[in-house]
Amino acid sequence: MLELDKLTIHKAHELLSKKEITSEELTKALLKRIEEMDGKIKAYVTLNSEEALERSSEIDKKGDFTEDLSGIPVAVKDNICTKDLRTTCASKMLENFVPPYDATVIKKLKEKNALILGKTNLDEFDMGSSTESSYFFTSKNPWNLERVPGGSSSAAAVAADLAIYSLDSDTGGAVRQSAAYCGVVGLKPTYGRVSRFGLAGNAGSMDTIGPITKDVKDCAIVLNAISGMDLFDPSSSDTIVPDYLESLKTNLQNVKIGIPKEFLGDAVNKDIKNAILNAAKTFEDMGFICEETSLPNVEYALWVHYVIASAEASSEMCQYDGVRFGHRAQHYENLKDLYKKSRGEGFGLEVKKRTILGTYLLDLEGNDKYLVKAYKLRTLIKQDFEKAFEKYDFLITPTTPTVAFKIGEAKDSLNVNDMCTVPVNLAGLPAISIPCGFAEGLPIGLQIIGKAFDEAGILQVAYAFERNTDYHKKLIAWKEA
Amino acid sequence: MNYETIVGLEVHVELSTKTKIFCGCSTEFSKEPNSHCCPICLGMPGTIPLMNKSVVEYATKAGLALNCQIAEFSRFDRKKYFYPDLPKGYQISQYYIPLARNGYVEIDSNGKKKRIGIRIMHMEEDAGKLVHEEGSSYSLVDLDRAGVPLIEIVSEPDMRSGEEAWQYLNNLKTILQYIEVSDCKIEEGSMRCDINISLRPEGSNEFGTKVEVKNLGSFRAVKRAIEYEEKRQREILESGGSIVQETRRWDEDRGITIFMRGKVDNRYSPEPNLAPVIMRKDWKDEISARIPELPGAKKERFIKEYGLPEYDASIITASKVLSNFYEECVKHYHDPKVVSNWLMVELLSILNETGQGIEDLKFTPKQFCDMLAMIDKGTISGKIAKDVFREMFATGKSPEAIVEEKGLVQISDEAELESIAKRVMEANPKSVEDYKNGKKKALGFLVGQVMKETKGKANPQMINAIFSRLLDQ
Repeated sequence: MLELDKLTIHKAHELLSKKEITSEELTKALLKRIEEMDGKIKAYVTLNSEEALERSSEIDKKGDFTEDLSGIPVAVKDNICTKDLRTTCASKMLENFVPPYDATVIKKLKEKNALILGKTNLDEFDMGSSTESSYFFTSKNPWNLERVPGGSSSAAAVAADLAIYSLDSDTGGAVRQSAAYCGVVGLKPTYGRVSRFGLAGNAGSMDTIGPITKDVKDCAIVLNAISGMDLFDPSSSDTIVPDYLESLKTNLQNVKIGIPKEFLGDAVNKDIKNAILNAAKTFEDMGFICEETSLPNVEYALWVHYVIASAEASSEMCQYDGVRFGHRAQHYENLKDLYKKSRGEGFGLEVKKRTILGTYLLDLEGNDKYLVKAYKLRTLIKQDFEKAFEKYDFLITPTTPTVAFKIGEAKDSLNVNDMCTVPVNLAGLPAISIPCGFAEGLPIGLQIIGKAFDEAGILQVAYAFERNTDYHKKLIAWKEA
Repeated sequence: MNYETIVGLEVHVELSTKTKIFCGCSTEFSKEPNSHCCPICLGMPGTIPLMNKSVVEYATKAGLALNCQIAEFSRFDRKKYFYPDLPKGYQISQYYIPLARNGYVEIDSNGKKKRIGIRIMHMEEDAGKLVHEEGSSYSLVDLDRAGVPLIEIVSEPDMRSGEEAWQYLNNLKTILQYIEVSDCKIEEGSMRCDINISLRPEGSNEFGTKVEVKNLGSFRAVKRAIEYEEKRQREILESGGSIVQETRRWDEDRGITIFMRGKVDNRYSPEPNLAPVIMRKDWKDEISARIPELPGAKKERFIKEYGLPEYDASIITASKVLSNFYEECVKHYHDPKVVSNWLMVELLSILNETGQGIEDLKFTPKQFCDMLAMIDKGTISGKIAKDVFREMFATGKSPEAIVEEKGLVQISDEAELESIAKRVMEANPKSVEDYKNGKKKALGFLVGQVMKETKGKANPQMINAIFSRLLDQ
């Protein structure tokens, strides 16, 4: 029997185009799966069932499935604004916030007749790598319910067939890390490739929106739909957007891959190290050249990222004051008290920690001591990448140094699990995470980093790897066993 | 001990662009509160400010007109504080790298030219406003003004008195109005001024502790507040006390300043969502070419070209529209001084009375000059001309039409005037007698009687001459 919830975008599109299935059937199948499974996984904060069903039957009536995403439901991380659909950032502060506008990426998806299935969990205001700081609940990793799903539950939703694909955000690695932990594909585009307008982010200089999908082809399809210059995001780039799906047909030749040794050090789990070296072998078997290289300054990346992200977050959090929208304390003495109580009640511990730290960092003393240095180091890290890319077309690293950790295990805000992903955000580069093995019965992610705006290249390499390995297939088999 | 007063001003000016600085909302005055708002100027999650190019052009124009150096690279920062009229919890401003620096405005100080330095001029967004309803325990927030573009002009502490500050503000306002970047109406809030004032012993080179004064509703209030603070600070210093760095509020009704708050530290951080402003030379040149002749230069030219006294030239050039009107007039009339007299006395007083602006005038410079010519030709008297002028102001009709309609043509017919004069003499034998007995004042009475009979239309020179002739016979 055809299990509709297990479909990829391209397969669903094919069946929809041939009218072998309807969008409504597909939506119903997913909603049924969610009903059965989401009690365990807890991926969704808000479901958009009625509206999704209504939209799907409208789309079926029109019967126009020329667009790749037409009639296919998508899960959206709950920090991406959706018009008339609650957007909480997993915070009490925005528990009842219903945006009167769509993020640009949502607008683009809607134009392509995609339908929003629901909003997925994250750490409060995306501060964390486990969803444990969510105001609502901690989401679970479908491979092992005692493990975290990463900073975004949408990867868990895709892995557990609670969504065909998702739109997610990545400030320090959430897209890639969650994809790695859950054994799916996650792509963080170059800063500026995809409009950030409507992403309630926490670090404007690093926030990006990217897809999480079941395979590389799907990833290319979604990236096609959401990329491009946006008038409402001045940081978006007018660099030409190639047809990413078309570009997968290109046969790669003379590819040179660098393996930065800093990401295979002692902090990295042995099985993961082996998986990455195996991946390098796979590439070599395909005729690629793989060599060890070095990014000497990435050892500072975790701290640099933490300092910059906290500083930016502290000012980003200023807009949540309980005056125009969001949580407002019921009892307060005066204006100052209104701010104090609304923010005190509305924000959780992690947000408060970072806001206080960020406030100090923006103060004269903190600025001189830390922030200025962090910006300088950021430049050095960028230069490390630039240098490496003079020699190599791509860099490969583990996406995370360990597999998904246990819920309750990580107590430190400065999470070593982000060590391989944050340098990429600091440098604003594109990177993808794809499955490349297993350890402790949990998936391992391979991170492929590319030159700025070379998403096509990353997708090609990832696609080549996917076709030459069977981790992708194993994944499904294991999960349902 | 004698003290020297040190004054610096921070002036905020609303730019008159059509839309707000970071979104497409209208800057026009709104009838309904919160009707010119969108997710961006309301500071909703995930929204990103979008730079309005016109704002950069207006601000650059202002910077150039104020003799500033324009930065090729400037940037925006977030100035953080919480207040309900400030949507994002921070104001987007330029702190670390402002658009313009090192300019000046010239003023007259005791007959000498003096330059008041401008330290920086930068762009920022305005906040909204709070509406307090009488008797209620709450305030309402109107965010229509939030995001309206402002420039902040920070002077050097170069002023030494309330008078100098008053002059600086006037000249600044005139310049900004000339280049048409703002209407600079302090009463309506499109121009706002804060004072920084300190005292130091005469001869000292070090600055004393400064006090900031806010809530100044007029240029006159600025002058008064400075004079009040001078006195207050001097009294503290003379009694051995010391000045505390603080912000005070001007109370217009009581004519005093009141403690408002202590020193605040605004935390600034770079605005990550806005690209830096890159002002290339060709763009700057293009903007510079659009700057018209500025008031200072125009005043000098009027003195030279039209032989106007300095006083007349300053009044006429204080307004761009007035000076343009003046220049149109002198094209049609031979005596520039007569024109300036009329404009300064009759026009400015009627504008003052009615609260109208020159841009609302219903008559043209040509019509106005036609009226002057009618005086020269003796068609109407100077006195009647004032009535004609008021009628022109009210209706916009041509002076000829008014004179015609109301029968205001001056009586200059010798025979007619003589017969009226004789009638008046017959009717007032006592006055004639008085005059002949040496009471020359009686002549004025007789002339007045003629004017009364002719409703002011008698040619005054002629009637005087006729009486002299008749009475001295």
